[in-house]
Amino acid sequence: MTWDASLLWQFDFLILLMVIICAVAALTFKDLITSAVVFGAYSFLMCLLWTEMLAVDVAFTEAAVGAGVSTVFFLGTALHIKRRAKD
Amino acid sequence: MKLLSLVISLTLGFLLLLATADLPDWGDPQSPASIHVSNYYIENSVEQTSVPNFVTSVLADYRGYDTMFETIVIFCAGITVLTILRRSHRQKKKEVRPRPAREGKDLILISAARIIAPMMQIFALYVVAHGHHSPGGGFQGGVILGSSFILLALAYDLETILKRLKERSVIIMSGIGVAIYMGIGMICLFLGGNFLDYSAWSSVLGVSAVEARSHGMLGVEIGVAVTVMYIMFSLYADLSSGGEMDEGL
Amino acid sequence: MNEILTAIIAKYNYWSFLILLLIGLHAMISKNNLVKKVIGMSIFQSAIILFYVSIGYKKGATIPITEHGHGHANEVVHQTAAEMVAGFANPLPHVLMLTAIVVGVGTLGVALALVQKIHRVYGTIEEDEILEKIKE
Repeated sequence: MTWDASLLWQFDFLILLMVIICAVAALTFKDLITSAVVFGAYSFLMCLLWTEMLAVDVAFTEAAVGAGVSTVFFLGTALHIKRRAKD
Repeated sequence: MKLLSLVISLTLGFLLLLATADLPDWGDPQSPASIHVSNYYIENSVEQTSVPNFVTSVLADYRGYDTMFETIVIFCAGITVLTILRRSHRQKKKEVRPRPAREGKDLILISAARIIAPMMQIFALYVVAHGHHSPGGGFQGGVILGSSFILLALAYDLETILKRLKERSVIIMSGIGVAIYMGIGMICLFLGGNFLDYSAWSSVLGVSAVEARSHGMLGVEIGVAVTVMYIMFSLYADLSSGGEMDEGL
Repeated sequence: MNEILTAIIAKYNYWSFLILLLIGLHAMISKNNLVKKVIGMSIFQSAIILFYVSIGYKKGATIPITEHGHGHANEVVHQTAAEMVAGFANPLPHVLMLTAIVVGVGTLGVALALVQKIHRVYGTIEEDEILEKIKE
């Protein structure tokens, strides 16, 4: 099975756009828990992007690590510190 | 500060933008990264190691040193977090915790977690064992195994899980994972091969040298999975309870 | 017009990686909150991983897993070496980045542990307030 590159790039472009939006949003939100969850979404979109770039092992790792475990780490930290950020 | 950072970022961005002109086109099969050593792996992986997933064969066999020290880095990260956050018994209960206390237990969450956690563990074992033929391997399987325990710790509380999975045994087991990896490599030395050259195992296992490399990879993947699983749980336990090991998130 | 479009399609993955890298760098320098700095560090890291993975992509290739397996190593391989090289994506960047992601979660854990320790000692994680408390 091969990929048709001409069909691919619009899809690719859409995911890249959403990745950048998620990255900016995760840094903009003042509530740290919201930021952590949006960052989980960012990781998951990144995982989609890597599946499409034929890196299935990397995507699998990112789905388990980035979208799963590191979100929990951020949430665990956010509950131990002041939840509201100044910027 | 914001202006300075913007200037730094934009300058760096401009320089890198100039550099992209010299980089190869996207998806070019003749790009410099794809015409040297990686072709050797693609051509010879199945013949030399009988592993169809090139990523696994490069990870665990051709570049075994790399992965060994990555595992040690994970181990060190777990120990570092423990050292930074863990309080001694004298320091405990001096300050008020900022987070709210946990109220009761959620029946729905517990019932769901009790069904999901065993399935996650079985799937994780499949991912570790089937990493030769499909996406997966020690790192992914270890993370999924660790997150099944994290799920249980979220549904019950951390203390309940720590009764089954003692803190001391978590640290010892994560060390054992590294020891499995290095032990398999060391035994290769005594069997007459190089360090991490699994074909030396063929005389012990009673299979051909090619098969022995495949089995050796499975062995080191198990070592990686053990380390990653226990360190992931240890990181969760330390970070979610602030090093107090009480009730967790 | 068409040539410009092909030129953009040929290079735009580098630009997107560049944008993510700059977002991460800017956040690491200018954000006041330490957790936001850590998020910026993770974005910076995944931009670099994206760069490496996109290097490994080949047009017309498939994922780097062959169909020969399950003990069929001795069967005749019907592809020539050149066909195999063109047919599979470059596995080397995938290997390097796979370990980088897992090491990344280790460094993330250490960074968050340091943030918690700072909060325990100074009572805040805003950079300017910490600097004031150090001066006192």
